[in-house]
Amino acid sequence: MHVNYFVIAVLAIALIPLIIWAYLILTELIVSRTSRKLSRNLRPWLWLLPTLSLLFVFLVYPALNTVYLSFLDAKSANFVGFANYRYIFTDPNMLIVLRNNLLWLVLFTLFCLFFGLLIALLADRVKYESVAKAFVFLPMAISFVAAGVIWKFMYEFRPAGSPQIGTVNAFLTAINPSFEPKAWLFDRSTNNLALIIVGIWMWTGFAMVILSAGLKGISEDLLEAARIDGAGEFTIFFKIILPLLLPTITVVATTLIINVLKVFDIVYVMTNGNLGTEVIANRMYKEMFNYRNYGRASAIATLLLLAIIPVMVMNIKRFNAEGSHE
Amino acid sequence: MSRSRSINSQESRYKKALASIPLHLVLILACVVWMVPSVGLFISSFRPKNLIAISGWWEALKSPFSFTLDNYIHVISQGNMGRSFINSLLIAVPSTIIPIFIAAAAAYAFAWMRFPLRKTLFLLVVALIVVPLQMTMIPVLRIFNALGFTGSFAGIWLAHTAYGLPFAVYLLRNFIAQLPGSMIESAEIDGASHPLIFLRLILPTSIPAISSLAIFQFMWVWNDLLIALVYLGGTPDVAPMTVTIGNLVNSYGGGWEYLTAAAFISMALPLVVFFGLQQYFVKGVLAGSVKE
Repeated sequence: MHVNYFVIAVLAIALIPLIIWAYLILTELIVSRTSRKLSRNLRPWLWLLPTLSLLFVFLVYPALNTVYLSFLDAKSANFVGFANYRYIFTDPNMLIVLRNNLLWLVLFTLFCLFFGLLIALLADRVKYESVAKAFVFLPMAISFVAAGVIWKFMYEFRPAGSPQIGTVNAFLTAINPSFEPKAWLFDRSTNNLALIIVGIWMWTGFAMVILSAGLKGISEDLLEAARIDGAGEFTIFFKIILPLLLPTITVVATTLIINVLKVFDIVYVMTNGNLGTEVIANRMYKEMFNYRNYGRASAIATLLLLAIIPVMVMNIKRFNAEGSHE
Repeated sequence: MSRSRSINSQESRYKKALASIPLHLVLILACVVWMVPSVGLFISSFRPKNLIAISGWWEALKSPFSFTLDNYIHVISQGNMGRSFINSLLIAVPSTIIPIFIAAAAAYAFAWMRFPLRKTLFLLVVALIVVPLQMTMIPVLRIFNALGFTGSFAGIWLAHTAYGLPFAVYLLRNFIAQLPGSMIESAEIDGASHPLIFLRLILPTSIPAISSLAIFQFMWVWNDLLIALVYLGGTPDVAPMTVTIGNLVNSYGGGWEYLTAAAFISMALPLVVFFGLQQYFVKGVLAGSVKE
C-alpha cells in the first residue's frame, strides 16, 4: 500500500512540473499562430490560468460560500438570518471563547514585541549575537504540536511533597520551598496564561529577527552623533530608535495579530479547549466535526475573516505604496 | 600626561565592561529560558520509562547516567511514528514543489506581461494571503467528499498547493519584477519564446527566491496540523506526524517517555533545515512577514 503512495508521490513530484511545462509550450504553440495582437492579449491569461483556477476553487468560491452558509442552519437547509451571529455574541460559552481570543491577542502581541525588541537591542551589542538570536529563533522551526508537547512537559504537575518532574513546578519549589505546586493547565486562573506563554516562546524569535533587521538599518552615525551630544541610552532609544523602528514594529504587530487570531494547534494539543481555554479556531473545528453545525461553524469563520479585514486592507495599502516606487 | 590618559581610558574600559554585565546577564538568561524547554524534552526522550516518571530530566545529568533508545524504538515500531514520518514526507515534498512551479508561471505573467486588470488581480492575490483558511474548509470539504478526495494524499496536495499559492506568487513576482528588463528584452529580440525565457532565464536567476520559498512552504506544510486534521479525516494510514502526536497526547496522557521521543522525531527534520539552511529560512520569514 505504501509502495503505491510512493509511486504516486514520485510521479506527482516529477510529472507536475513537466505537465506545467508542456502546458506552457502547447499554449504558446497555439497562441503564436494567432495574430500578434490576439496573442499578446491571450498569453497572460493562459499563464495565469492554473493559479487563478486553483485560487478560485480553494479560496475565493469557498470563502463566499462560507459567508452564505453562515446565514443558514446547522444542516445548511434553511435560512436563519443572523441567528448564528446572535449565538456567537450571546451564548455564555462563546463569550468565554471571545474573551480568550482577546487575551491571546493582547498578551501574545505585546509580549512578543517586547521580548523581541529587547533581545534584538541587547544582542546588537554583543559578540555572540548570532548564537543568542539562533537560540531564541529556534522554536519558530518546530511545529506547534511539538511545542505543545514540550510545554505540557514543562507544566507537568505532581502533588506537593512528591518530586516534581515538570520544570516549572520544580524550579518554583526549589527557589521557594513553601511554594504550592500548581496544575498550570487545569487551574482556570492560570491555564490561559500558560497556553499564551507557549505562543510567546514560539513567536518572539520572529519579532526579534525582523526588528533586528530593522535596527541594523538605523544609521550608526546618527546614534553616535546623539551620544556625542550627550544623549543617554534611554533618550536615544525613545527619541531616535523607537520612532525610526515604528514602521517595522507595525509590520511585525500585524503579522502577529493575523496569526494569533487563528491560534489553534497549541490549544488543541494542550487542553483541547477544555476548562475555559477554548479559542475561536478550536470552537470552529468543534462546531464542524463534533456538533456538525455548519451554520455556526461558518459564522465563526466569517467572524475571523471580519477581524482580519483591517489587516488585509493595511497590507494592500502598504503594497500600493511600495509599488509606486517602482 | 599620556600616562594619565591611558589610565583614564583603561578605567573607562573597565567601567564599560562593568556596565555591560547586566546586559550579558539578561541576554544569557533569555537564551537559557528559551533553550531549557527543548533541552528538557531532548534529554527526557532518552531516559528510561521508570526514571522519567519519578524524577526531573535534570537528574539525568548526574551520575549514575542512565540513557536508552527504547523510547524511540517503541514509538517507531509500535506507535505509528515510522509510518507517520513517511506520511509527513509524502505530504510535504509534493506540496512544496507543485505550488512553486505553478506560482512561478503566474509571477512571470504578473511581472513581465501587460494585460488589463493586472494590478487588480495581483492585489486580490495579496489580499488572499491573509484569508483565514477556516473560511474555506466547509465548502472545500464538501467538494472533496463529492470527489472522494477526503483522506487521500492527492486532496491534501491540492489544498496545500492552493493555500500556498498567494504567498508564493507574491514573493516570486516581487523577485522576478526586479530582474533587469534589458535581459528579457534582448532574449525576446533573439527570438526566444516566453516558455524558453521562463525556463532558461527566469527560473535559474530566481533560485535564491525559490529556495527561500521552498523552505518556508516545506516547514509550513511539515508543521501543519489543522489542514491535515480536516482533509485527511483522522485515518492513521495517511496521518502525518503532527496528527499522530496529537492523538498520542490524548491517549497516553502522562506517557512522557513516548511523547518526548515522538515529539523529537517530528522536530528532527525542521532542526536540520534550521541549522543547515538558516539564512534561507530567515529570508523566507522576513519576506513572509505578510503571510498568514
